[in-house]
Order: sequence, then C-alpha cells, then structure tokens
Amino acid sequence: MVLEELTRLTGVSGAEGPVRDYIMEKARPLCDQMWVDRMGNLLCRVEGRDPQAGLALVLAHMDEVGLMVQGINDDGLISYQCVGGIDPRVLVSKRVRVGEKGIPGVIGAKAIHLQSREERQKPLTHKELYVDIGCKDKESAQKLVNPGDIMGFEPGWTAYGQGFVMSKALDDRVGCYNMLRLMEERYPVSVVYAFTVQEEVGLRGAQVVAQQFSPRCALVLEGTTANDLGCVPAHQQVCRAGAGVAISFMDRTSIAHPALARALRRTAQRCAIPWQFKTFVSGGNDAGQVQNAKGAVAVCPLSVPCRYIHSPSSACNLADVEAQYDLAHRFLLDGAPFEEEG
Amino acid sequence: MKELLKRLTEAYGPSGREGPVRRLIQEEIEPYVDSMEVDALGNLIARKGSGDKRVMLAAHMDQIGLVVTEADKKGFLRVHNVGYLRRPYALGCLVRFENGLRGVVAREVERDDPADMSLGKLFVDIGASSREEALERVPIGDMAVLEPQWAELGNGCVAAGALDDRAGCAMLIQTLKELGPCPCQVVAAFTTQEEVGLRGAKAAGYQVDPALCLALDVTLTGDTPKAERLPIGLGKGIAIKVMDSSVICAPQLVAQLEQTAQQAGIAWQREVLTHGGTDAGAVHVSRAGVPSGALSIPCRYTHSACEVVSLADIQAGVDLLTAWLSQGQR
Repeated sequence: MVLEELTRLTGVSGAEGPVRDYIMEKARPLCDQMWVDRMGNLLCRVEGRDPQAGLALVLAHMDEVGLMVQGINDDGLISYQCVGGIDPRVLVSKRVRVGEKGIPGVIGAKAIHLQSREERQKPLTHKELYVDIGCKDKESAQKLVNPGDIMGFEPGWTAYGQGFVMSKALDDRVGCYNMLRLMEERYPVSVVYAFTVQEEVGLRGAQVVAQQFSPRCALVLEGTTANDLGCVPAHQQVCRAGAGVAISFMDRTSIAHPALARALRRTAQRCAIPWQFKTFVSGGNDAGQVQNAKGAVAVCPLSVPCRYIHSPSSACNLADVEAQYDLAHRFLLDGAPFEEEG
Repeated sequence: MKELLKRLTEAYGPSGREGPVRRLIQEEIEPYVDSMEVDALGNLIARKGSGDKRVMLAAHMDQIGLVVTEADKKGFLRVHNVGYLRRPYALGCLVRFENGLRGVVAREVERDDPADMSLGKLFVDIGASSREEALERVPIGDMAVLEPQWAELGNGCVAAGALDDRAGCAMLIQTLKELGPCPCQVVAAFTTQEEVGLRGAKAAGYQVDPALCLALDVTLTGDTPKAERLPIGLGKGIAIKVMDSSVICAPQLVAQLEQTAQQAGIAWQREVLTHGGTDAGAVHVSRAGVPSGALSIPCRYTHSACEVVSLADIQAGVDLLTAWLSQGQR
C-alpha cells in the first residue's frame, strides 16, 4: 500500500532523497511536467481541461522530523541534535536508523533505578539522552557513523483498532500520498503539485516554491496534532482522530483565506465528506510561506488528525486520510471556486 | 480628522478579517486617489500621481482580537488571541463580534491560582445556554475585538481602542487628502495581518515593488509613571524611527525626514525601540531590498482597551509627509 511504503522511507529534513525518488517514479506517468528545483522540491504539473480556469497550487512536505549525529563520546555513545521539533519524552527507548546504511540504534537514558529522587521528578531533556549503536568505544563507533549523519525513527506500520494505523512520519506522508492520488485526475484547473522539502525546519522549501508560481489559490495537505485522548478538555483537543479532515481557520503561521475556507466547508457539507474545525491555534505549515512570499495568495490548510505527532508511533484514522483526499478532489473537480476578492 | 479617527477606531477589523475597516477607508479615499485594488490577503493598495519614483506608505488596518476556537456544553466560548492581546487587559472587558454581538471576557475561577491568566482558562460569555446556541450565533473561526471606546481628554489627547494602527491609517488618509502635486507616485498600502507577523505587508511590498517605503504606525512612550526609559512623549511631535527590532531604518531616509521637519518647523522626536516591529520590517527585505523607514505616533497603553494619542502629533505626521513627498527624494 502506497501510504505504508511512503512511511517506511527515511526522509528527514534536508535528506528527502529516498522519498523524492519514490514519488518521482509514481508521479512520472501521471503529470505533464515534472522537475526538481535547486532546493530539492519536487514539482509536478498537470494541465487543466479549461485554460481559463487558472492555476491551483497543492502542497505536501516530504520531510519528517529526525535526529542528527552531533558527536561521538569516548564510550561509543552518540550525542545528537534534533532536526525539527521533537519532545524529548517520546524518544526514550525508541529505535533509530543511522546514516545511509541504516545502522540500527536505540535511544537511551540513565536507567531509572540509578536516578536520584530529584532526577526522577524532572523530565528528561535531549542533553541527557544518547544513541546507542552497540559500539564499545569511540574508535569503533567512528568506523560506522560520522557527525552530520542523519538518524530517522525505525520504520514500522501497524494497522489497529477501528481503522487506525500507527507509524512514523504520517506527518506528512498522508499529504504526499493524497497528492499522488489527486494527480490521477485532470481537473478543470491546472494544478502544480509541490512536494516540498524542509517544512519541519521552517517552511524553507515552500518559500522557494512560492517564488515560482502565481496561483489563484493554494491548498496545503498536512498532518496536524490530535489531542483527543485522556483528560484533555474539549477545547484543547485541537481535533479528533476519526472525525474527518480538519479545515483550518487559523494556526501559528497563517490565517486561512476566509472565502476559500468557507468554500471548502461548503463542498464538504454538500458532498457529505466528514470534516471538523481545527479548534486550537497551534502548529504551522507551508501555507505560512505560500500566502505572501511572492505577492498575496489565498491559502487554506486541510489536515489529517494525527495523535502522538512527531513521534515514532504517530497514529491516524484512514477514514480521515480518505476525507482529506475526497475534499481536495471534489473542490478541484468543481474548478476550485471561491470569492476571490480579499 | 478627529471625526475620521473616531470612525476608524469604531470599525471592526481584527487580523484576517479587515473587510469592514477596509470598506470604510475605500469610501474615504476614493475621491483622492487614481486607482485602488485589493489583493488576496485583503491589502488595499491605492495609487496617486505619477512619476518615475514609487514611494510606498504603509499603515495597517488590522487590530488585535480574540478568535473563537470552541464552545463548551453550557455555551461559553473558548478563544485564542489574534495578535499580542495582553490577557489581563482583556479580562472583564466587553468584546464585539463582526455581527455586532457582544460578550464578556472572563476566566475560570480557581481559588488556588488567582493569578493564572493562561489562555486555556479564558472564555467569552455571550449569554448563550448551550454549545449549539452559542455556535449558531458565533461560529468557530469568528473573531471579536475589544469594544470600541472614545473619549476626548485634555490637551488635545484622545482615548480610544485600536489607535494601533487606526491612527496611522488616519494619518495616511489625511495625507492623501492634503497632498498637492508631487514628483513621485505615491502608493498608499493599507495592509492586513500586521499584528500576527507583518504578513500583509510582505505580500504588498513584493507587489508594489517601491523605491522607498515608510511605515506609519504607533510607538510606545516613556512619559507615564514607572515607564520604560524612552525619550518619546505625547505631544512632543511625530516620532521618526531610527530602529526597532524588525528594522534598522535607512539612515539617509531618517536624515531627510529630520531635515524636512526641521526646515518646515514641524514638531518631531527620535524613536529607538529595542522591541516591537512594523510593516517596514517586512518591506525592507522584499525582493532586492527597499530603503525603508517609519513615522510613529506616540501612543500610551498600546494593545489595551483604551490607548491614548495626541491629535497634534498625528497632524505633525501629516505635515511632515506632505512636505517630504512634495520635495521629492534623492
């Protein structure tokens, strides 16, 4: 299954090659033009059936969060730094793959029975964690890894419960997956599908993509945080897994174009596509760059709710992935209509 | 201009929802400009005159506010801030939604932490009794602004909400009205979403592609009890910005403005801020760079329900702009 295969590839920000290669192979027969820009963004253009209908830009990022080797200690343990935002608490005891050869490692911390009472009260920070690749000293470790080597979470895909899957990198392989599906159709509007790089480290690929086009509108297909379990009060859940595609009105990097967001909600309602609001202002995505990097562009993010986002086992409901595709598909099929004056 | 300023401060326009205030401005400036256009982020770009040099003047239309993110079972609205709205300033205030509905900002009462102002504890009471009723009247994504206020204080000062940056808009509108013939093309950009990160100005700057840019905004003063050590004071004239945390103003521009003010006998003061930002921050790094500066209206209690400015300072700004534009730039 394409989504599973996408999540199994390692593509940490700045090293998206394997993901890009996979997508290029799948996309090549589907689009009229395909190219890779200087930053590594993959751009695929499908001409529209109606030359008057203008251009729509659809974006999803290829990169995932991960780690980078910072240094090798005398005892053979590796110190790391994060690429993208990762909560240190989700890293303890997690498996990683180091470097191009994918050398196995595990993230460790001082064992709990050796911690003092004070230490046990404080949450661990990245500085107290290390990566163990099973080498007994610095010299043997240096034969296998170098500072600057990328470390991705160990791939692993498990379907569970009622339509749920757990895997790394659902953010944003779900968006990439849906873009590949959208590409199979020739819509009234011309569409440029931008598979961006380095979103997780500051929307950097998108900034460069935005310079290359002047679209009528831009849809960002993302994964966003779902905080819907445990004793979280309803108004802080952000969105709920299984309740449909989340349509943003505002997050930390953009305020969705009101008429575009309204048109998307109406399309969802009309076509009975399950949808929800993202009810907390959090997170950022490529829309933050596309909306104003080259003049003003109407943007709206459509997100799949992901529990435990940015962790080795994030989880989402496949019905929500389907809803994200359905909504983008129906909207593009209609010719991406919305009231365009600001 | 006082009457114009009053109407501007009463118009609804939080970041991303500037429609009502933009329409008011469009009506006001139409007889004084050659063309007007609105872009996809809602920026209003008006052009006046011709000339080989394009000078951009930017004032932001948006004000800070609260956005509705949810409603609980009993009909209380949960919110998030839009722009830097200081929570203690909003507590207990009336707020107003675009449809005119009003509410009160309150917080969960917790005996053990009376000082907890965190966003998660804040809510808006619109007198609804259920989630359905609340969201029918104010849907998720709708925004509220602090209820408009207006009072004329002594010494030509006025107290009102949203003087940041309706005072700048008033200054720009008045400049368009008073401006005589000038050798350059003036592009008045009434920008959006400044309060959430200079977003409108970034797009507008690219679109306009000016030779020079001046942002027109408000600035803090150091003339109230125990205030931060700033030399800026109400009634001492328009402030010519040297720098803030978003931009170091082009020195030649700063010098020109000071010289013009001096020669024309216009009251002015210098502004150096170690924090804060304006639209010039976004425009000056647009494309290959744009020499930029700013004129700031001294303003007390910014981002509160009642900000205070001196009308004479705003007029000094208008006078400086018209004098500077008429003489042309080197």
